[in-house]
Amino acid sequence: MIDVGFFLEIIPQLLSGLPLTLKLAGTSILLGFVLALLLALAQQGEHRLVVWPIRTFVAIFRGTPLLVQIFMIYYGLGQFRISLQAIGLWGLFREPYWCAILALTLNTAAYGSEILRGAIKNVPRGLGEAAEALGMSRLLQLRLVVLPIAFRQAIPAYGNEIILMVKGTSLASIITLLEVTGIAQGLISQSYRAIEVFIAAGAIYLLLNLLIVRILTFLEVQLTPYRFRG
Amino acid sequence: MPECFDHKKGFARMLEKLHLLGFAEGGRGMALLGAAGMTLILSVLGFALGTVFGALGASGGLSSKRVPKALASAYGTIFRGVPDLLTIYLFYYGGSVALTAIARSFGSGNFVGLPALVTGVIAIGIISGAYQAEVYRGAYLAVEPGQFDAAKALALSRTQILRLVIVPQLLRHAIPGLSNVWQLVLKDSALISVIGLVELMRQAQIAAGSTREPFLFYFAAAGLYFVIAGITGQVFRTAETRAARGIMHR
Repeated sequence: MIDVGFFLEIIPQLLSGLPLTLKLAGTSILLGFVLALLLALAQQGEHRLVVWPIRTFVAIFRGTPLLVQIFMIYYGLGQFRISLQAIGLWGLFREPYWCAILALTLNTAAYGSEILRGAIKNVPRGLGEAAEALGMSRLLQLRLVVLPIAFRQAIPAYGNEIILMVKGTSLASIITLLEVTGIAQGLISQSYRAIEVFIAAGAIYLLLNLLIVRILTFLEVQLTPYRFRG
Repeated sequence: MPECFDHKKGFARMLEKLHLLGFAEGGRGMALLGAAGMTLILSVLGFALGTVFGALGASGGLSSKRVPKALASAYGTIFRGVPDLLTIYLFYYGGSVALTAIARSFGSGNFVGLPALVTGVIAIGIISGAYQAEVYRGAYLAVEPGQFDAAKALALSRTQILRLVIVPQLLRHAIPGLSNVWQLVLKDSALISVIGLVELMRQAQIAAGSTREPFLFYFAAAGLYFVIAGITGQVFRTAETRAARGIMHR
């Protein structure tokens, strides 16, 4: 019933897409995290001119499908070729790879900034005040007190977001990038053996997610050892 | 491939093209609205089917028997962990392969495919069911244990306990989670465009291709998704307020 030969044939082909999946996910998660942190911090000031545009950006990217965002950047901005060429960005927007990275980054930054904003807000006020009483500057307070606590609180929610991003990289296949899902789709349409390909490609994603969950759990234990003692 | 436009197009030209979104002749307004209706139908049916799978998944997850528990856990892990696009391909290609095989056994040599809407509803139902199962499971556990005891003391049967006491309270706890799943479903519905269903995303692609105005049409599609998400989100918020009537806030 189970055709081992077929699996042995498709698994290396699917794995050849893994580096691209990892590059897309890794780059956008890292860049997205930096952007999310900046957006979350900028909203702490509650200055209306700063907060309002950020809220709008977040609402738009959370309220529309990722596929629309990818198409908007890849096909939509392609329409402004002349202007993009004039400012020297055309090289970036011509490549589906960079368009996918940009869309994924902005998308995860929108979701991530909400997670981090909530986490920073939930750091007990007294801790910040205590740090201030010790004469710490705002930056030092953030770096030594507020952010470490916020980060470890944010790990479970941010972990979900990371897994959503790994899944999100599959949409890059729609703009011609042959990552794992793109290769899987090609294999299915050639062989019409949807179940086998789904199992093999799905297993790659599940293992990847499992690895991410493991790493995050490890990180959480490292950052909150007192919770896991005893 | 990005469409190449040799002539210059600035925002001024873009504004001139706005009539393409209108309802007059040559405008795509009606087509877009109709497609938004299809998005809504697809999402509602997919979400409704997901409720069935979700309830099954939750009852498996809450079961003390090993087999249902393991099945429910596998269901949740697989369909929440695998990209939705991959799941959609599974049902799109897998469904037509299975149907063709069945047709062959009846002596027909023709290739049979499921209508894209049916495939889409099944795929979204399976995916959202995996998420809904978690919501229902959590909501069930949030119902106070005393409610079960009280219902038992009233000599209600097992189904009566579920139907009259537990489910109404469970739904109240489930509304915020279901609202999140609904937003997920709405955005996932855009992926069904890849299997050829003319919903909002696909219609935007068609219009963008034939008018060579991708920016305008993807922007319009994004706007419509945003509006649908906003309005339907309000429905859930109203439901939440209504369900919380008479409840003391602790």
